[in-house]
Amino acid sequence: MCIERYTKKTTTDLKEVQTLAYKKVAKKYSGKIKEVTIGTGDKAITLGGRNVLPLHAFDGEVGQSPKVGLEIVDEVPSDWIDAFANLYGDVQKDAATWAKYVEETYAPDFICLRFEGADPNGSNRSVEECVETAKKVSESVSLPLVIAGSKNVEKDSEIFKAIAEALEGKNILLLSAQEENYKTVGAAGALAYKQKVAAESSVDINLAKQLNILMTQLGVQKEDVVMHVGCAAAGYGYEYVSSTMDRITLAALGQNDETLQMPIITPISFETWSVKESIATEEDEPNWGSIEERGIHMEVSTAAASIASGSDAVIVRHPKSLEAIKYYLNSIIG
Amino acid sequence: MALSGIQIFKLTPRTNCKECGFPTCMAFSMKVAAGAITIDKCPHISDEATQQLAEATAPPMKTIVIGKDAAERKIGGETVLFRHEKTLVSKTLFAVQFSDTMTDEVIESKMANIIKVDYDRIQEQMSVESIVVKYDGNKDKYLVLIEKLKSLGKIFILACTDVNIAKEAIALVKDTKPILVGANKDNIDDMIALAKENNVVLGLNGDTVEDIYALVETAEKAGHKELILNPGTTEMAKTFENTIEIRRTAIVGGDRTFGYPSIVFANELSNGNQFVETALASTYILKYGSIVVLDDINYPKALALFGLRQNIFTDPQKPMRVEPKVYEFNKPKEDSPVLITVDFALTYFVVSGEIERSKAPAWLLIPDAGGLSVLTSWAAGKFGGTVIKNMIKECGIEEKLTKKRLVLPGKVAVLKGDLEEELPGWEIIVGPEEAMQLPKFLNELV
Ligand code: B12
Ligand code: SF4
Repeated sequence: MCIERYTKKTTTDLKEVQTLAYKKVAKKYSGKIKEVTIGTGDKAITLGGRNVLPLHAFDGEVGQSPKVGLEIVDEVPSDWIDAFANLYGDVQKDAATWAKYVEETYAPDFICLRFEGADPNGSNRSVEECVETAKKVSESVSLPLVIAGSKNVEKDSEIFKAIAEALEGKNILLLSAQEENYKTVGAAGALAYKQKVAAESSVDINLAKQLNILMTQLGVQKEDVVMHVGCAAAGYGYEYVSSTMDRITLAALGQNDETLQMPIITPISFETWSVKESIATEEDEPNWGSIEERGIHMEVSTAAASIASGSDAVIVRHPKSLEAIKYYLNSIIG
Repeated sequence: MALSGIQIFKLTPRTNCKECGFPTCMAFSMKVAAGAITIDKCPHISDEATQQLAEATAPPMKTIVIGKDAAERKIGGETVLFRHEKTLVSKTLFAVQFSDTMTDEVIESKMANIIKVDYDRIQEQMSVESIVVKYDGNKDKYLVLIEKLKSLGKIFILACTDVNIAKEAIALVKDTKPILVGANKDNIDDMIALAKENNVVLGLNGDTVEDIYALVETAEKAGHKELILNPGTTEMAKTFENTIEIRRTAIVGGDRTFGYPSIVFANELSNGNQFVETALASTYILKYGSIVVLDDINYPKALALFGLRQNIFTDPQKPMRVEPKVYEFNKPKEDSPVLITVDFALTYFVVSGEIERSKAPAWLLIPDAGGLSVLTSWAAGKFGGTVIKNMIKECGIEEKLTKKRLVLPGKVAVLKGDLEEELPGWEIIVGPEEAMQLPKFLNELV
């Protein structure tokens, strides 16, 4: 008798704990991603500005919608699949013509001009030639420019410095300054010629933080820095990229860590177009279908995953990827 | 959500009879709360209380088993929002959608695609796990279609809000542990009855979180707790919001009413654009889609989506490594080339797959490189000249060779000079950067 009474009481006690009415678990963060503007005039773009997790427009200020840029190269690319030659034809022979064509035909948010031709193990184009190309491209378009190098740290420092000077006033983004060359790139790019600089680190929150701190110590304003925290193609160690971005976002917003509140740019195309899925020929992989479609799916998948993890800007190669990601962004956060 | 000692104490008879071996019910309860002892050690505890305790200490999100036999899969059971916090446990499943308004041609082609896209990637079989069969108004065709799709052996997801049709449809597949995505505000009671009677997982459709919440409460009250939530099919933004809210309410808010897996119809949200569908599907792999429905499957889509999924659902606490040793491919001989790579599982499987494909005999050396990729281990100082030299000297490969040729991964071409000094008598060859170029490279080498 006694026992029964107790049990009954207990039951109601627990029920009270369990049946909460629906209560929204709103997430308010104290931190906010800084805004960084690239380019000038009507076509200038601003990255960042959100105080919510990526795409979480319903939680608070979603800031600027992530931006999508198209990649072009300073010389006719030798390792791009044929689909691009069919798409662009002779336009690829001159970077300025190519840039103009991209601006008029596909209207990306920005153009990423990659100086593959500067590679000492490739065409080894001189700094002067690179500057010439950068100037012509800049004159032929009004979209913001992101300048990427050849992945050779020393040569990139030289061309970044020279291009930053030549394009003073254009507010370009240099992609990127690494641990080895941040002093040159940061000093020339941001301090001397008032350009924007991307700080590149290798998929690790501490490395990203450290490089941001070094840049600030150099005197570079936080508002002039964007982060490139590493990238990998979907299926190729991408989980580390995603988790690194998640952790950076949570530290920036949740812990209000000012050293990690720079917006993130991720050059998706630099990674996704060299993996087997995107380049194995149709003869080699007869089951796999269209090589062009494979490449687009790889790029779109990696880009969407990166945006969902915290990229405020992505660089893609195929215009169809640009179109799909823009549509996706417009539909989710308008 | 663990219970405190006090909460558990309230579940005991509070008679301090000591039969459990503790002086008081309170002392006993503290031990239970600490996980040192289970509540059934008290002989006087009621069944109801035991069950309540089990429920209260269960993970915030239910694990639901769907499908039978080879098709059986688990969804749900997640405990964190971000994989780095612990790990994500149940990988996103994919489904391809069929409907009774599709022509036979379309149906045949989708069926063929599902069969065709079935491959191994790093020891995981990659294929679409389930099929959605949507009722669009033609009952006879619908039932025939379900019958026909049985041959695929996939998990059935019946999308049908008409109770009478659903009843007939379920009868055809009820032994396969299917899902019936059929309940909404208007038919909830009948749908629950049908789902309970046939022991199937019930999918709840609602446009707002409040609607879905009310549906779950109704179902739970009626005693049906095998549920899956559909956060919307018309608006991308709203669906994303609902999906996040639901998972967050369960995991962060500890409200188990929303502790159920989700099904997201990426196909219907993407407006017929397959690349937009891929963008959405990728987003829902990361952000809480337990099942993601696609319009169709083909290799271009699958290679990206399954690759991403495989990455995201690896356990961050368990790095994937392979055993450092000498691997043999295609019966290598004394003059076959020796390739070297790292012990990161992903790298190993990519490289070994390509050597197999080349059909060329080869040795593959794998030193202890910390389980990292080629460039990562090189940058971390775990895959340099000394490591490679020691491996070669210690593994005994030299005794088996008459022709000593070492092929380096193209990405660490810089090691060539070092190794030429360290390994006299060896020819050091820089291989291609990407493993996919290995077949061509190896066949030209011999
Ligand atoms: C994921 C990742 C990590 C993960 C490690 C995961 C792992 N298990 O390896 C983490 C986050 C831990 C990490 C850490 C670091 N990383 Co890291 N990381 C990456 C990332 C994003 C992907 C690597 C990957 O998984 N690739 C996929 C595998 C399959 O590639 P793979 O092993 O190279 O194999 C391919 C080819 O090499 C070829 N191949 C392989 N073997 C063979 C053999 C032969 C004979 C041939 C012919 C071909 C061949 O086939 C494969 C496919 O084509 C890359 C960037 C990138 N996108 O590549 C950076 C990257 C490799 N990391 C880098 C660095 C610097 C580091 C750190 C040293 C950073 C630091 N200072 O702490 C640390 C080191 C780790 C440590 N100290 O413990 C740099 C290396 C820079 C350089 N050029 O030297 C990279 C390139 C990033 C960058 N751009 O800066 N990293
Ligand atoms: S056996 Fe049960 S009722 Fe008796 S003291 Fe232990 S907990 Fe209390």
